[in-house]
Amino acid sequence: MKFASEFRDPKLAKALLAEIAKLADQIGASKEKPVHIMEICGGHTHSIFRYGLDKLIHEGVEFIHGPGCPVCVLPRARVDECIEIAQKEGVIFCTFGDAMRVPGSKLSLLQAKAEGADVRMVYSPLDALEIARRNPAREVVFFGLGFETTTPSTALAIQAAAREGLTNFSVFCNHITVPEPIKALLDDPHMCLDGFIGPGHVSMVIGIHPYDFIAQYYGKPIVVAGFEPTDLLQSVLMVLRQIAEGAARVENQYARVVPEHGNKVSIAAIEDVYEKRPSFEWRGLGEIDASGLRIRTSYRAFDAEEKFAIGYAGVRAVVEEAEGCACGAVMTGRMKPPACPQFGKGCTPEMPLGALMVSSEGACAAYWQYGGARAAE
Amino acid sequence: MALRDTRVTLAHGGGGKAMRDLIEEVFTAVFAPPGMEDQARLTAEALAEPGARLAFTTDSYVVTPVEFPGGDIGKIAVCGTVNDLAVGGAKPLWLSAAFIIEEGTEIALLHRIAATMAREAEAAGVRIVTGDTKVVGRGACDGVFVTTAGVGVIAAGREMAAGLVRPGDVAIVNGVLGDHGATILAARGDLALSSTIESDCAALGHLMADAMQAAPDMRAARDLTRGGLASALNEIAQAAGCGIVIDETALPLRAEVVGMCEILGLDPLYLANEGRVVTFVPEAQAEATLAAMRARPEGAGACIVGRAVAEHTGQVRMRTAFGGSRIVDMLVGEQLPRIC
Repeated sequence: MKFASEFRDPKLAKALLAEIAKLADQIGASKEKPVHIMEICGGHTHSIFRYGLDKLIHEGVEFIHGPGCPVCVLPRARVDECIEIAQKEGVIFCTFGDAMRVPGSKLSLLQAKAEGADVRMVYSPLDALEIARRNPAREVVFFGLGFETTTPSTALAIQAAAREGLTNFSVFCNHITVPEPIKALLDDPHMCLDGFIGPGHVSMVIGIHPYDFIAQYYGKPIVVAGFEPTDLLQSVLMVLRQIAEGAARVENQYARVVPEHGNKVSIAAIEDVYEKRPSFEWRGLGEIDASGLRIRTSYRAFDAEEKFAIGYAGVRAVVEEAEGCACGAVMTGRMKPPACPQFGKGCTPEMPLGALMVSSEGACAAYWQYGGARAAE
Repeated sequence: MALRDTRVTLAHGGGGKAMRDLIEEVFTAVFAPPGMEDQARLTAEALAEPGARLAFTTDSYVVTPVEFPGGDIGKIAVCGTVNDLAVGGAKPLWLSAAFIIEEGTEIALLHRIAATMAREAEAAGVRIVTGDTKVVGRGACDGVFVTTAGVGVIAAGREMAAGLVRPGDVAIVNGVLGDHGATILAARGDLALSSTIESDCAALGHLMADAMQAAPDMRAARDLTRGGLASALNEIAQAAGCGIVIDETALPLRAEVVGMCEILGLDPLYLANEGRVVTFVPEAQAEATLAAMRARPEGAGACIVGRAVAEHTGQVRMRTAFGGSRIVDMLVGEQLPRIC
């Protein structure tokens, strides 16, 4: 494929790996005392394993897998609320494919569908809107899920529904933002991160400046990165160079896609439709202030939480995570997936206990699928 | 023309004249079975040879949309069952065809499906000798479901099974992977993707016959339907008790298919094919097998993708273009597109 193959060039990758090794030695990074770099985005985690970068890179560079998979950070309580809506009489519940297998405390959406709920997999919120237009007698609910990458498209669907005066379309809003959980991680006294690889597709929308606080207040380098293997390697190199210089800056490795100030049209749509929630619950991280978005009062008619008096608009149930599930510790970088006592035993892709084993962007699924734990070499 | 309706009604499943008209005009007119008794009565000289064995298989076909670029459900129903026989080393001879038809289905569509089946059967050298139709109420099935069963003959001395694959054997596929899966994804129309890809759907009986002649010691073959190459190789590795290594740079993939998978977050190794096969042959017979396959249009893209090894028993690993190695696992459930 053009625009991808050149970023997968093995020769270029070898040269980058050699430069990384040289610089890592120079700053004294070793297997015993590695540099910890967190890739925030699940897409990056997936690429690292798919191309085996964790094995090819200098042993003094250790990747810590961040909380950037929107499916994985969704707590069980939220999945339960989804299923409660999906099982209501007359509801057509539309979702991205990823979320189908995530276990709630009793069921996943896939199981709820088998039990009779009308759950449909869509590729875009606009598909859900089209289903609403065609089924005026049914209530169509879209499962709005994701970081700043997917937030604008849900906003556009809500704006279109408002323009058309649709009364049978609403969004169960679980949109979340990247900067706040990063701040929460940096405030954790156990955290020992030396630098970050920033999610490129999020910055395509919000630009690179929302991360200024990471460099300015916490003194850590961050490089906004693309998703191809050489993108990732170049970004690691850029982080290491900053560390070698003793600098902390926000840099943009993914300039071919990411404008410094983001996408103005998308930002305007987000601001028109959503406002910050006081706080939002994250799996493994708990409630984080101002980390989630809700639909503004002016678009209240399209807010499924209000419509069904559920979730933050209703009485929230306290739902414990599955027993023995260490998703929280893995998500905060305190534990590697194979160290979880349930990994590959009580928790496999066929029978997942926690969300990290379900989504293809989850660190556990990536470890399992690409054999990080099973490969002998 | 006794059939005056343009769409199938429940009357066409009622057992009376309407049903007989449907069967005769749509199906037996083109399938021309050798008799109209309730069962086909068959003779084959090949069966009389000492040591020859019957191969018998059945498969049900459901696909949305029923017609797609490069084929329709009838083509898959004939080719799929022919291929199930061929990969076992059998010469395919006879098929049955049973149709479950949703009330309201256009009769013109049934004519097109039947015509495709008759044409594909003739090209594959098989006959459709018996069949059945049922009509069900609206919503009880999705358009048309087709079930075919197939009978073939395995010549004396031919023994092919996944368990016979040995370390050192070479894995060969007959062409680019994933075209059928990608075509169906695009044809469903809910992706707003347009593409020029066509289904690879093809009957492989003749191709397999030529390949087996070139490789007298062919160990095993699998058609790469649901679950794609990755799933077939995993089954073989587990049955044979050996490992399999494939080479990422050797995989035959079309740029459009790779691109579509990139957009949707899918892996082409798991995409379905309807005209692709992987065969394992001893290394000494690999070149002859490749030449025999490439001599036929459905094998023009034949190439070596990997080999069986003594290490990592039961596992399939891929050498990546980067020089790394990763496990290629069985597919869990269905491939689901990623959010972002």
